[in-house]
Amino acid sequence: MKYFKYLVLGTLFGIILTKSEVISWFRIQEMFRFQAFHMYGVIGSAIAVGLISIQLIKRNRLRTIDGEPIAIVDKQYNHGVWIGGFIFGLGWAITGACPGPLFAQLGSGVGAAAVMILAALAGTWTYSALREKLPH
Amino acid sequence: MLELLQKPWPWYVAGPLIGLTVPALLLVGNKALGISSSLRHVCAACLPAGIPFLTYNWRAEAWNLVFVLGVALGGFIGYRVLGHPAVVGISAETVRDLKAQMHLTDFSGLLPRELFALENLANWKGWFFLVLGGFLVGFGTRYAGGCTSGHAISGLSNLQWVSLVATIGFFAGGLVMTWLVYPLLF
Repeated sequence: MKYFKYLVLGTLFGIILTKSEVISWFRIQEMFRFQAFHMYGVIGSAIAVGLISIQLIKRNRLRTIDGEPIAIVDKQYNHGVWIGGFIFGLGWAITGACPGPLFAQLGSGVGAAAVMILAALAGTWTYSALREKLPH
Repeated sequence: MLELLQKPWPWYVAGPLIGLTVPALLLVGNKALGISSSLRHVCAACLPAGIPFLTYNWRAEAWNLVFVLGVALGGFIGYRVLGHPAVVGISAETVRDLKAQMHLTDFSGLLPRELFALENLANWKGWFFLVLGGFLVGFGTRYAGGCTSGHAISGLSNLQWVSLVATIGFFAGGLVMTWLVYPLLF
Protein backbone atom coordinates (compact mmCIF):
# COMPACT_ATOMS: atom_id res chain seq x y z
CA MET A 1 0.00 0.00 0.00
CA LYS A 2 2.89 2.36 0.71
CA TYR A 3 3.77 2.08 -2.98
CA PHE A 4 0.30 2.87 -4.29
CA LYS A 5 1.00 6.62 -4.49
CA TYR A 6 3.97 5.93 -6.79
CA LEU A 7 1.81 3.76 -9.01
CA VAL A 8 -0.70 6.61 -9.30
CA LEU A 9 1.96 9.25 -10.05
CA GLY A 10 3.71 6.93 -12.53
CA THR A 11 0.41 6.28 -14.30
CA LEU A 12 -0.35 10.00 -14.57
CA PHE A 13 3.19 10.61 -15.83
CA GLY A 14 2.75 7.87 -18.47
CA ILE A 15 -0.60 9.31 -19.58
CA ILE A 16 0.93 12.79 -19.97
CA LEU A 17 3.91 11.46 -21.96
CA THR A 18 1.58 9.51 -24.22
CA LYS A 19 -1.06 12.20 -24.79
CA SER A 20 1.60 14.81 -25.59
CA GLU A 21 3.13 12.38 -28.14
CA VAL A 22 6.63 12.77 -26.71
CA ILE A 23 6.82 8.96 -26.84
CA SER A 24 6.75 9.12 -30.65
CA TRP A 25 9.92 8.63 -32.71
CA PHE A 26 8.48 11.11 -35.22
CA ARG A 27 8.30 13.83 -32.57
CA ILE A 28 11.91 13.26 -31.51
CA GLN A 29 13.09 13.49 -35.13
CA GLU A 30 11.08 16.70 -35.53
CA MET A 31 12.88 18.05 -32.43
CA PHE A 32 16.40 17.13 -33.57
CA ARG A 33 15.63 18.67 -36.97
CA PHE A 34 14.38 21.90 -35.29
CA GLN A 35 11.12 21.72 -37.25
CA ALA A 36 8.60 22.33 -34.48
CA PHE A 37 8.42 23.95 -31.08
CA HIS A 38 6.39 21.12 -29.50
CA MET A 39 9.19 19.15 -27.76
CA TYR A 40 11.04 22.30 -26.71
CA GLY A 41 7.80 23.66 -25.29
CA VAL A 42 7.13 20.45 -23.33
CA ILE A 43 10.66 20.17 -21.90
CA GLY A 44 11.07 23.93 -21.32
CA SER A 45 7.74 24.44 -19.55
CA ALA A 46 8.32 21.26 -17.48
CA ILE A 47 11.64 22.70 -16.27
CA ALA A 48 10.07 26.12 -15.58
CA VAL A 49 7.29 24.61 -13.46
CA GLY A 50 9.73 22.23 -11.73
CA LEU A 51 12.07 25.12 -10.95
CA ILE A 52 9.35 27.30 -9.43
CA SER A 53 8.04 24.33 -7.43
CA ILE A 54 11.46 23.47 -6.01
CA GLN A 55 12.08 27.11 -5.10
CA LEU A 56 8.72 27.21 -3.27
CA ILE A 57 9.55 23.97 -1.46
CA LYS A 58 12.99 25.25 -0.41
CA ARG A 59 11.94 28.77 0.60
CA ASN A 60 8.98 27.59 2.63
CA ARG A 61 10.95 24.62 4.02
CA LEU A 62 8.06 22.35 3.09
CA ARG A 63 7.93 18.83 4.48
CA THR A 64 6.66 15.61 2.96
CA ILE A 65 3.15 14.40 3.76
CA ASP A 66 4.78 12.24 6.45
CA GLY A 67 6.44 15.28 8.02
CA GLU A 68 10.02 14.58 6.87
CA PRO A 69 12.12 17.58 5.81
CA ILE A 70 12.52 17.50 2.00
CA ALA A 71 16.10 16.80 1.00
CA ILE A 72 17.30 17.08 -2.60
CA VAL A 73 20.73 15.58 -3.22
CA ASP A 74 23.07 17.61 -5.43
CA LYS A 75 24.35 15.90 -8.59
CA GLN A 76 28.09 15.21 -8.63
CA TYR A 77 30.18 15.94 -11.71
CA ASN A 78 32.45 13.42 -13.38
CA HIS A 79 33.45 13.15 -17.03
CA GLY A 80 30.87 10.38 -17.47
CA VAL A 81 28.20 13.07 -17.35
CA TRP A 82 29.07 14.38 -20.81
CA ILE A 83 30.54 11.18 -22.29
CA GLY A 84 27.57 9.12 -21.17
CA GLY A 85 25.23 11.97 -22.03
CA PHE A 86 26.54 12.03 -25.59
CA ILE A 87 26.19 8.22 -25.90
CA PHE A 88 22.62 8.39 -24.60
CA GLY A 89 21.92 11.19 -27.10
CA LEU A 90 22.98 8.94 -29.98
CA GLY A 91 20.61 6.26 -28.69
CA TRP A 92 17.81 8.78 -28.11
CA ALA A 93 17.87 9.82 -31.77
CA ILE A 94 17.91 6.15 -32.88
CA THR A 95 15.11 4.79 -30.69
CA GLY A 96 13.25 8.11 -30.57
CA ALA A 97 12.68 7.39 -26.89
CA CYS A 98 14.32 8.01 -23.56
CA PRO A 99 13.69 5.44 -20.81
CA GLY A 100 10.30 6.83 -19.66
CA PRO A 101 8.80 6.78 -23.15
CA LEU A 102 10.12 3.24 -23.72
CA PHE A 103 7.95 2.01 -20.82
CA ALA A 104 4.97 4.07 -22.01
CA GLN A 105 5.39 2.66 -25.54
CA LEU A 106 5.43 -0.86 -24.10
CA GLY A 107 2.13 -0.16 -22.33
CA SER A 108 0.64 1.31 -25.50
CA GLY A 109 1.32 -2.00 -27.26
CA VAL A 110 4.46 -1.29 -29.29
CA GLY A 111 6.24 -4.67 -29.53
CA ALA A 112 9.54 -3.05 -30.47
CA ALA A 113 9.63 -1.37 -27.04
CA ALA A 114 10.11 -4.76 -25.35
CA VAL A 115 13.23 -5.40 -27.47
CA MET A 116 14.55 -1.87 -26.86
CA ILE A 117 14.02 -2.19 -23.09
CA LEU A 118 15.87 -5.54 -23.03
CA ALA A 119 18.69 -3.94 -25.03
CA ALA A 120 18.71 -0.97 -22.62
CA LEU A 121 18.99 -3.39 -19.68
CA ALA A 122 21.93 -5.04 -21.46
CA GLY A 123 23.48 -1.59 -21.92
CA THR A 124 23.05 -0.69 -18.25
CA TRP A 125 24.47 -4.07 -17.20
CA THR A 126 27.46 -3.67 -19.54
CA TYR A 127 28.18 -0.18 -18.18
CA SER A 128 28.01 -1.57 -14.64
CA ALA A 129 30.46 -4.35 -15.49
CA LEU A 130 32.92 -2.01 -17.28
CA ARG A 131 32.52 0.93 -14.89
CA GLU A 132 35.97 0.69 -13.25
CA LYS A 133 37.68 0.71 -16.67
CA LEU A 134 35.77 3.65 -18.18
CA PRO A 135 36.93 7.28 -17.88
CA HIS A 136 34.94 9.24 -15.31
CA MET B 1 -14.11 17.31 -21.41
CA LEU B 2 -13.60 13.72 -22.52
CA GLU B 3 -13.08 14.93 -26.05
CA LEU B 4 -10.32 17.27 -24.85
CA LEU B 5 -8.64 14.40 -23.00
CA GLN B 6 -8.77 12.23 -26.10
CA LYS B 7 -7.07 14.65 -28.45
CA PRO B 8 -3.27 15.04 -28.32
CA TRP B 9 -2.35 17.49 -25.57
CA PRO B 10 -0.55 20.73 -26.46
CA TRP B 11 2.89 21.41 -24.97
CA TYR B 12 1.58 24.09 -22.60
CA VAL B 13 -0.66 21.53 -20.93
CA ALA B 14 1.69 18.53 -20.93
CA GLY B 15 4.93 20.37 -20.04
CA PRO B 16 3.67 21.99 -16.80
CA LEU B 17 2.05 18.69 -15.75
CA ILE B 18 5.37 16.88 -16.28
CA GLY B 19 7.04 19.63 -14.25
CA LEU B 20 4.56 19.12 -11.39
CA THR B 21 5.67 15.49 -11.13
CA VAL B 22 8.94 16.78 -9.61
CA PRO B 23 7.35 18.42 -6.50
CA ALA B 24 4.68 15.71 -6.31
CA LEU B 25 7.33 12.98 -5.83
CA LEU B 26 9.20 15.14 -3.30
CA LEU B 27 6.04 15.88 -1.33
CA VAL B 28 4.65 12.35 -1.21
CA GLY B 29 7.90 10.59 -0.39
CA ASN B 30 11.07 12.69 -0.71
CA LYS B 31 11.85 11.04 -4.07
CA ALA B 32 13.71 12.57 -6.99
CA LEU B 33 12.14 12.02 -10.42
CA GLY B 34 14.34 9.74 -12.54
CA ILE B 35 13.41 6.85 -14.78
CA SER B 36 16.70 5.36 -15.98
CA SER B 37 17.63 4.24 -12.44
CA SER B 38 14.91 1.62 -12.80
CA LEU B 39 17.08 -0.15 -15.41
CA ARG B 40 19.90 -0.41 -12.86
CA HIS B 41 17.53 -1.73 -10.19
CA VAL B 42 16.26 -4.44 -12.55
CA CYS B 43 19.88 -5.45 -13.32
CA ALA B 44 20.69 -5.48 -9.59
CA ALA B 45 17.61 -7.60 -8.87
CA CYS B 46 18.00 -10.08 -11.72
CA LEU B 47 21.68 -10.38 -12.60
CA PRO B 48 24.04 -8.69 -10.11
CA ALA B 49 26.82 -11.17 -11.03
CA GLY B 50 29.05 -9.89 -8.24
CA ILE B 51 29.44 -6.49 -9.95
CA PRO B 52 30.01 -3.85 -7.23
CA PHE B 53 27.81 -1.25 -9.03
CA LEU B 54 24.93 -3.75 -9.02
CA THR B 55 25.41 -4.93 -5.44
CA TYR B 56 23.21 -2.74 -3.25
CA ASN B 57 19.83 -2.93 -1.59
CA TRP B 58 17.67 -2.39 -4.69
CA ARG B 59 14.58 -3.19 -2.62
CA ALA B 60 14.98 0.19 -0.93
CA GLU B 61 14.40 1.71 -4.42
CA ALA B 62 11.36 -0.41 -5.21
CA TRP B 63 9.22 2.73 -5.41
CA ASN B 64 11.06 3.55 -8.65
CA LEU B 65 10.07 0.21 -10.19
CA VAL B 66 6.45 0.78 -9.14
CA PHE B 67 6.57 4.25 -10.72
CA VAL B 68 7.86 2.77 -13.99
CA LEU B 69 5.14 0.13 -13.91
CA GLY B 70 2.72 3.05 -13.63
CA VAL B 71 4.32 4.73 -16.66
CA ALA B 72 3.62 1.59 -18.72
CA LEU B 73 0.04 1.49 -17.40
CA GLY B 74 -0.24 5.19 -18.30
CA GLY B 75 0.91 4.34 -21.83
CA PHE B 76 -1.90 1.82 -22.07
CA ILE B 77 -4.53 4.22 -20.72
CA GLY B 78 -3.26 7.20 -22.70
CA TYR B 79 -3.05 5.36 -26.01
CA ARG B 80 -5.57 2.51 -25.91
CA VAL B 81 -8.25 3.80 -23.54
CA LEU B 82 -8.24 7.54 -24.30
CA GLY B 83 -7.45 6.86 -27.94
CA HIS B 84 -5.07 8.43 -30.42
CA PRO B 85 -4.97 9.83 -33.94
CA ALA B 86 -3.81 7.42 -36.65
CA VAL B 87 -0.89 9.68 -37.50
CA VAL B 88 1.20 11.81 -35.13
CA GLY B 89 0.79 15.42 -36.26
CA ILE B 90 4.40 16.27 -37.03
CA SER B 91 5.32 19.19 -39.25
CA ALA B 92 5.12 18.95 -43.02
CA GLU B 93 8.86 19.67 -43.27
CA THR B 94 9.69 16.67 -41.09
CA VAL B 95 7.45 14.41 -43.19
CA ARG B 96 9.10 15.70 -46.36
CA ASP B 97 12.63 15.18 -44.99
CA LEU B 98 11.94 11.71 -43.61
CA LYS B 99 10.48 10.68 -46.97
CA ALA B 100 13.39 12.09 -48.94
CA GLN B 101 16.26 11.17 -46.63
CA MET B 102 15.16 7.98 -44.86
CA HIS B 103 12.79 6.68 -47.55
CA LEU B 104 9.89 6.37 -45.11
CA THR B 105 6.40 5.99 -46.57
CA ASP B 106 4.32 4.85 -43.59
CA PHE B 107 3.74 7.59 -41.01
CA SER B 108 1.07 5.81 -38.97
CA GLY B 109 1.54 4.88 -35.32
CA LEU B 110 4.10 6.12 -32.78
CA LEU B 111 7.18 4.77 -34.58
CA PRO B 112 7.82 4.10 -38.28
CA ARG B 113 7.08 0.43 -38.95
CA GLU B 114 9.64 0.40 -41.73
CA LEU B 115 12.37 0.80 -39.10
CA PHE B 116 10.89 -0.74 -35.95
CA ALA B 117 8.88 -3.77 -37.08
CA LEU B 118 10.10 -6.87 -35.23
CA GLU B 119 10.64 -8.60 -38.60
CA ASN B 120 13.46 -6.12 -39.17
CA LEU B 121 15.54 -8.12 -36.69
CA ALA B 122 16.31 -10.29 -39.74
CA ASN B 123 18.35 -7.42 -41.23
CA TRP B 124 20.64 -4.58 -40.11
CA LYS B 125 17.81 -2.12 -39.56
CA GLY B 126 16.27 -4.03 -36.69
CA TRP B 127 19.63 -4.56 -35.01
CA PHE B 128 20.52 -0.91 -35.42
CA PHE B 129 17.20 0.67 -34.37
CA LEU B 130 16.01 -1.82 -31.76
CA VAL B 131 19.13 -3.40 -30.32
CA LEU B 132 21.96 -0.87 -30.72
CA GLY B 133 19.60 2.06 -30.05
CA GLY B 134 18.25 0.51 -26.86
CA PHE B 135 21.75 -0.53 -25.75
CA LEU B 136 23.10 3.03 -26.12
CA VAL B 137 20.14 4.40 -24.16
CA GLY B 138 20.80 2.01 -21.27
CA PHE B 139 24.57 2.37 -21.36
CA GLY B 140 24.65 6.14 -21.81
CA THR B 141 22.02 7.06 -19.22
CA ARG B 142 23.77 5.11 -16.48
CA TYR B 143 27.20 6.44 -17.53
CA ALA B 144 25.77 9.99 -17.37
CA GLY B 145 23.94 9.29 -14.11
CA GLY B 146 20.49 10.10 -15.47
CA CYS B 147 18.26 10.59 -18.48
CA THR B 148 15.86 13.26 -19.69
CA SER B 149 13.77 12.98 -16.53
CA GLY B 150 16.60 12.80 -13.95
CA HIS B 151 18.96 15.33 -15.52
CA ALA B 152 17.06 17.57 -17.96
CA ILE B 153 13.85 17.95 -15.93
CA SER B 154 14.62 17.09 -12.31
CA GLY B 155 18.26 18.27 -12.34
CA LEU B 156 17.76 21.51 -14.26
CA SER B 157 14.72 22.32 -12.09
CA ASN B 158 17.11 22.20 -9.15
CA LEU B 159 19.66 24.40 -10.99
CA GLN B 160 22.29 21.65 -11.15
CA TRP B 161 25.04 22.69 -13.57
CA VAL B 162 26.02 19.01 -13.87
CA SER B 163 22.60 18.36 -15.38
CA LEU B 164 23.13 21.19 -17.86
CA VAL B 165 26.34 19.48 -19.03
CA ALA B 166 24.43 16.19 -19.33
CA THR B 167 21.56 17.81 -21.25
CA ILE B 168 23.97 19.46 -23.70
CA GLY B 169 25.55 16.01 -24.14
CA PHE B 170 22.13 14.45 -24.88
CA PHE B 171 21.41 17.04 -27.56
CA ALA B 172 24.90 16.82 -29.05
CA GLY B 173 24.53 13.04 -29.40
CA GLY B 174 21.07 13.36 -30.91
CA LEU B 175 22.19 16.00 -33.42
CA VAL B 176 25.23 13.94 -34.48
CA MET B 177 23.02 10.90 -35.06
CA THR B 178 20.33 12.84 -36.95
CA TRP B 179 22.57 15.08 -39.07
CA LEU B 180 25.77 13.04 -39.53
CA VAL B 181 25.11 9.32 -39.03
CA TYR B 182 21.63 8.97 -40.57
CA PRO B 183 22.75 10.53 -43.89
CA LEU B 184 25.53 7.91 -44.05
CA LEU B 185 23.14 5.03 -43.42
CA PHE B 186 20.34 5.96 -45.83
